[in-house]
Amino acid sequence: MSTEGDLLHTVTADNISEARQRTGRWMVRASAALVVLLAVFQFAHETGRTDIGFATWRPVLYAYMLWATALCAAQVIINGEKGKRTLFVLPAALFVISLVIFPLLFAGYISFTDWNLASPDGPQPNGWDNMREMWNDGFYWNALKNMVYYVLAVSVEYVIAFGLALLLNAQIRARKFFRVVFLLPLMLSPVAVSWMIGKSMMEIRFGPISRLARELGWDNPSFFGSPEIARFMIMAMDAWTFIPFMMIMLLAGLQALPREVIEASKVDGASGWQSFKEVIFPLMLPVSVTAVVIRIIFKLKLADVIINVTSGGPGGATDSVTSFIFREYRDRSNVGYGTLLAMVYLVLIIIFVTLLLKLVSRWMERPA
Amino acid sequence: MSAVFKNHPSDRRMKTRWWASRVAIYAALMTWAVICLFPIFWTITTSFKLAPDVMKGNLIPWWDFTPRWKGWESLGLSPRLIGEVSTVREEFLKRFWNSTVVALSASALAVVLGSLAAYGLSRFSFKFGFMRNSDISFFFLSQMILPPVVLALPFLVLYRSLDLLDSRVGLILLYTLMVLPIVIWIMRDQFEGIPVELEEAALVDGLGIWGAFIQIVLPIALPGMVAAFILSLVLCWNEYFFAALLTSTDAKTLPVMVASQTGSQGINWWSMAALSSAAILPLVVVAIFLEKYIIKGMAAGAVK
Repeated sequence: MSTEGDLLHTVTADNISEARQRTGRWMVRASAALVVLLAVFQFAHETGRTDIGFATWRPVLYAYMLWATALCAAQVIINGEKGKRTLFVLPAALFVISLVIFPLLFAGYISFTDWNLASPDGPQPNGWDNMREMWNDGFYWNALKNMVYYVLAVSVEYVIAFGLALLLNAQIRARKFFRVVFLLPLMLSPVAVSWMIGKSMMEIRFGPISRLARELGWDNPSFFGSPEIARFMIMAMDAWTFIPFMMIMLLAGLQALPREVIEASKVDGASGWQSFKEVIFPLMLPVSVTAVVIRIIFKLKLADVIINVTSGGPGGATDSVTSFIFREYRDRSNVGYGTLLAMVYLVLIIIFVTLLLKLVSRWMERPA
Repeated sequence: MSAVFKNHPSDRRMKTRWWASRVAIYAALMTWAVICLFPIFWTITTSFKLAPDVMKGNLIPWWDFTPRWKGWESLGLSPRLIGEVSTVREEFLKRFWNSTVVALSASALAVVLGSLAAYGLSRFSFKFGFMRNSDISFFFLSQMILPPVVLALPFLVLYRSLDLLDSRVGLILLYTLMVLPIVIWIMRDQFEGIPVELEEAALVDGLGIWGAFIQIVLPIALPGMVAAFILSLVLCWNEYFFAALLTSTDAKTLPVMVASQTGSQGINWWSMAALSSAAILPLVVVAIFLEKYIIKGMAAGAVK
């Protein structure tokens, strides 16, 4: 996708009158002025400078939506045919910008405040205090360390997913049945999964998995007692849900492989393992990388299962950053500190993903 | 390799190897199928069990336990209670309805916004300030790495002052934002596969660009849109994190309801099982009937 210049050329003789352009600009400016006016007004009301005002910021939101609509309409009014083109991308862009950039800036502000939602004081800017608190917060660093483990677990998931994709791609009967069955775990909500597996099947006395473990000679199966086993169980449950995701991507890749190459390798006398190692795997590399990178991105958001099964225990051994911040907020309802932790996490993620992509693209360019 | 005749030793060797590989493949497939299905089977059967059945670890209905409606009665959804007024059922249906409305509207909104943006990006070149097409694409797709937790607390505060806390609209907006990059990813791939000549012909015939988009391109891209829609639906239906933070009474969705039952006073096996079954069944049905689209959606972009 690096095409510059229109793929679809349109030649139009637009004749836009001066008056029409002026109307368009006026619409945008007037609605923008309305937003600013309402916002200032409401701010004054909130800080107690005027008595008149609205109970909430809702009217400002409506004004903002009016402005956004006016902006979109004005594109066509001012620019004619060219504006109609802009109209394809502008709504989505406006949507994302107003729901991401603005809240992020806001987050940047509240992460340097002490803001307890339960107290009526509102935000109290406290400089670098949150940062210092984070520095000494062993649990946060522990959660970050856990994230490293969780991300590393993706490699095992990848191996299993690749195996399953190969199986599904083999000459088998009832392929559709197996495909649907293998896909099912992905459809289930992590919350339901954490009850179904984490709370009920692994229940120490009656759960079927505990029974099985006892049959196999583990006298006192406790899946969430020791840190290592608990972490492994969380990984396993998350893997159970998300392996189908990688499997489907890899399967699509396998099905798109050129048949001739594989057949040629067979003719040349390659055994199954050889043709996998020398032909299929290298050809699958781009798909594998995409699948793994997307999976890692999803993994970095891991929280639902942890919140619902262990809530981070024992002793924070299973905490992911998200579940830790969630608990931090639940327990202390302090928005400021939680937001700072999240922002730091975001920065770390951006650095990590950028490095990962750089590394991957360099590695892919190298002749195999 | 010597000539292969029937029942020649080398033929026999081939045959045994072939059979061995068959057995291994099917054994592996069956094992994983059991791993995938057993939790679902367990949940659904448990919702028909009584306490002693759970304790004894009975597994197969009619064989070692008699199915009872106990679990579903606690949701007011058993044959006996279906005609009567039940507050539990109302509560459950309300959550179910919330989930449905939120997931459907968010997916629809995301597909509309995302398709438009993807089409624009795949056909025209833009310049917003320093941002060119590839930058804009990257901007959209990069939203995928934004972890929900970064937005959660600011949104909590913002929604509180906008009076959107505990409202469906608030959730719909966030969910749309969450799935938008995925929709754009899938749809961009779709539109790039459609030859530009089609639209050029339509333009020659006198349609405008929007006319060509709606009348010519959309019908062709419809399977892709369905794929994107279903994938978004799955993600929105299962979303827990935002819903847990931003809703309390009115707009609470099904996953939050499931999660809130697990705490306190021990586990109520049958009712939890019934609730979980009800929460997963809609998507299990979707998976069985619309599997083709789900796979199509996930495969898009993986293969270039």
